Amino acid sequence: MEIDPFIFRLSIFILSIFVGYYVVWSVTPSLHTPLMSVTNAISSVIIVGAIIAGLAGDTETVFNTSSIFGFLAISLAAINIFGGFLVTQRMLAMYKKKKKDK
Amino acid sequence: MISPNLSAIFYLISGVLFILALRGLSSPETSRQGNFFGIFGMIIAITVTFLSIGNFSSGFIFVLFFLLIGGLIGAFIAYKIPMTAMPELVAGFHSLVGLAAVFVAISAFLNPDAFNLGSPGNIKLGSLIEMSIGAAVGAITFSGSVIAFLKLQGIMSGAPITFKGQHPLNALILVSIIVLIYLLCTSQSKEYFWVLLTVSFLIGFLLIIPIGGADMPVVISMLNSYSGWAAAGIGFTLENTALIITGALVGSSGAILSYIMCKGMNRSFFNVILGGFGATDQSTVSHNKEQRPVKSGNADDAAFLMKNASSVIIVPGYGMAVAQAQHALREMVDTLKKNGIKVSYAIHPVAGRMPGHMNVLLAEANVPYDEVFELEEINNDFANADVAFVIGANDVTNPVAKSDPQSPIYGMPVLDVEKCKSVLFVKRSLSPGYAGIDNDLFYKENTLMLFADAKKMTEDITKNL
Repeated sequence: MEIDPFIFRLSIFILSIFVGYYVVWSVTPSLHTPLMSVTNAISSVIIVGAIIAGLAGDTETVFNTSSIFGFLAISLAAINIFGGFLVTQRMLAMYKKKKKDK
Repeated sequence: MISPNLSAIFYLISGVLFILALRGLSSPETSRQGNFFGIFGMIIAITVTFLSIGNFSSGFIFVLFFLLIGGLIGAFIAYKIPMTAMPELVAGFHSLVGLAAVFVAISAFLNPDAFNLGSPGNIKLGSLIEMSIGAAVGAITFSGSVIAFLKLQGIMSGAPITFKGQHPLNALILVSIIVLIYLLCTSQSKEYFWVLLTVSFLIGFLLIIPIGGADMPVVISMLNSYSGWAAAGIGFTLENTALIITGALVGSSGAILSYIMCKGMNRSFFNVILGGFGATDQSTVSHNKEQRPVKSGNADDAAFLMKNASSVIIVPGYGMAVAQAQHALREMVDTLKKNGIKVSYAIHPVAGRMPGHMNVLLAEANVPYDEVFELEEINNDFANADVAFVIGANDVTNPVAKSDPQSPIYGMPVLDVEKCKSVLFVKRSLSPGYAGIDNDLFYKENTLMLFADAKKMTEDITKNL
């Protein structure tokens, strides 16, 4: 019998939870705020679903209920992607080590 | 147009890049590179999506248009936001992830053909289950984060809102969500889908209102976790590896942060979620301790004490963020260092309104991160330090947590501030902290209370040094 592709996705999911578990424990506590903002940004990869929805309409009807929700989701996710990565960048740029010459 | 296999491989690559992005955060040196991995992973995922659909007709223009609008808003916010408003921003961002998950689920439900999930009214069972779970969790994340945002922003009172029958009501709603998902999957009816979404929005709202302001670090972490699970649910629906990997990463990240925060308060996760902290024990604890003598001083006294010290430990808390005192504080520390005094910072895990909140503020004020220590690293040093300067923190320094088993915060790990030769405590009044209990530290022989706004007091001390 063939294995349902769902099982493969489930395997990836479960293994990723473990990867996440170990990777996040190794994050230094002083970077927990950037951790939250960057996880925000990457979870907005949900935009791929929004793009599929947005492009689903044919040439005559670009806008139907489904694609409108897609377009809205694109904007929401884009706010998060740009906002999340940029604000993380801004925060990380502030973390500096003691200057040696003092 | 690229083949589904090739695009799946690219999605896998972007998933791996996201893992590396989080991995980079293990130290400040590697973190900036990590962030670039994340950005790179996102660019790959978006590009591959365009290429795999290959539809560059009129819809494409609109996709770019909406992408650009969102991107501009996001970039604008990222540059304008003050660092003190980080908790609100993160809560706001969580709500957007949740809402985006809901919208994607709605479009997939209305137009399943576009996602290869069957046809309207005849969606593959597995996909429908995944989609409804993703939508429900997304909706909970959205409304929960909106409440968290309003509480953090101060638009809504940070006090817990509780009412009779709250817990049975929430339990009932959670059960009804499961029943609705079952009904939706057996009937494929649109009505159940909308009811499911409405009920999920409602429960997100109800779950967060009973949680008080000081528990916000747990709430934000928990919502972070939810947003991940919502993304994973949608990832299963779309059969997209990048989304599944990311969802799992974010989900476990938020869960770990919630755990760390709960441990920092010595409370169980359920205790926090069930809420109402600070609304309960207030009256019983505080009234037998009224009118105890307190020594208070001014900036001059504080400057004198610190000038004669050889080592000073700073304990910042949420009050420092509120008063925007981090820059003034760093100037004071600079002056101290010029006088040859050793200064370090001690940060409690739940100081502030989100994990790592104080660290970001100190970094913003150009405090080098190797002068900033976590609770376990520095707690033994208090006994050898001359002065502890507590600015805007309260409950996390309360020795009652170690001595009084009756206290609601008993067992919570606290900074051993009272072991210092002298303690300077900057506070506006003697009022208790968020836990609603009196701080024994105020009445200790070696404590000098400095009643003033944190920023003003710090500036005055600097002048007197």
